[in-house]
Amino acid sequence: MPSLKDLRMRIDSVKSTQKITSAMKMVAAAKLRRAQEQAEAARPYAERMERMLGSLAGSMASSAGAPKLLAGTGKQDVHLLVMMTSDRGLCGAFNSSIVRDTRRMVAELQADGKEVKILCVGRKGWAQVRREFAPMIVDLIEGIGRPRLSFDDAQGVSNRVLEMFEAGEFDVCTLIYNRFKSVIAQIVTRQQLIPFAVDDLAAGDESADAASVNYDYEPDENEILEVLLPRNMSVQVYRSLLENNASEHGARMSAMDNATRNAGEMIDSLTLNYNRTRQAFITKELIEIISGAEAV
Amino acid sequence: MPDPFTFDLVSPEKLLLSEDVEMVVVPGAEGDFGVLIGHAPLISALRPGVIDTYAGTKVEKRIFVAGGFAEVTGERCTVLAEEAMPVEDIDLAAAETRITSARAALDQADNDIARGQAEMALAVGEAMVAAHGTGV
Repeated sequence: MPSLKDLRMRIDSVKSTQKITSAMKMVAAAKLRRAQEQAEAARPYAERMERMLGSLAGSMASSAGAPKLLAGTGKQDVHLLVMMTSDRGLCGAFNSSIVRDTRRMVAELQADGKEVKILCVGRKGWAQVRREFAPMIVDLIEGIGRPRLSFDDAQGVSNRVLEMFEAGEFDVCTLIYNRFKSVIAQIVTRQQLIPFAVDDLAAGDESADAASVNYDYEPDENEILEVLLPRNMSVQVYRSLLENNASEHGARMSAMDNATRNAGEMIDSLTLNYNRTRQAFITKELIEIISGAEAV
Repeated sequence: MPDPFTFDLVSPEKLLLSEDVEMVVVPGAEGDFGVLIGHAPLISALRPGVIDTYAGTKVEKRIFVAGGFAEVTGERCTVLAEEAMPVEDIDLAAAETRITSARAALDQADNDIARGQAEMALAVGEAMVAAHGTGV
């Protein structure tokens, strides 16, 4: 049975852990709000870009001269997975759920006889797969979103992917990230980046409207697409980074909330235990005194 | 006097401007063009330059953009800018640093992509210098 001193020390240690987790929770909540605002602010650009692309791509996808980013290389042999995780841990299942989905996807693709390459964004996911998938990992990009996630960060990732695509290193590129649904629910999402999936756009009713308008193009459709597609890639990457960022903070917030609650429960039970032990000790001493007195 | 229509200026990070204007003049890749209400639908690439918004015949705002796209429909004009700032806020020294670094990058560029990027940066810097001090 632990002595009173041991119990006191354990209670103190759990208390200081609880202080840390509750502080982390508050920090995560503040960061989450900022991340959500940022995601909100980025929406108009992405929406309008989508509308424009929808109307352009609708008329171009079927024609032969469509750029490779839109039409693909005509093969599907080599897949590039961009696995987006965080640089920091202590955020619940956030990173593991992405890694799990990546593993599943790698297995699926390999079963189909495809070659897979992985580009890791964020250190935590990389740490989990670096042994298992060592030969497939192309690179690790870390330090994204510090101090603040900016469009340049996204452009860096997107340019990297683009360079690899230009060099013919892969045919299909998919982003894997966590979509932010709410603080407690983040949904692992796979999004095809190259070739650009036009079908997704046609689903939105607004883009369907836009597609029916006949635009004039200046200089011409092809040249605009050439510039618009890489641009759109950066936007897609930016958006998924933003979603991921919000998800990370959301996941950390709920993980830390749980941890704080658990610590509270632990403190309660330890305190109960401590008091009982103390009481037992007092009773024992009393009995000793009384029986000593009786013996006289 | 023409009716006002909605002019939106958005950057990837946020919506910069959304207001009713009577006319805007946009630096298209193939020359500046003015947009009034009821303009034919148009999608155009932009070159680095200055967007003017008009109220009546007066220039209301002059905004520098470093390129991007414009989408025009009958009732709205949307500019997706890569980088935008009011002309008054252009920092001449910063613009000149850009030109110098772009020139250096151009000299060192060893492939088409890098060369293209350096040329773009150079064009942006030069347009910034040209636009400097032309605010309303």
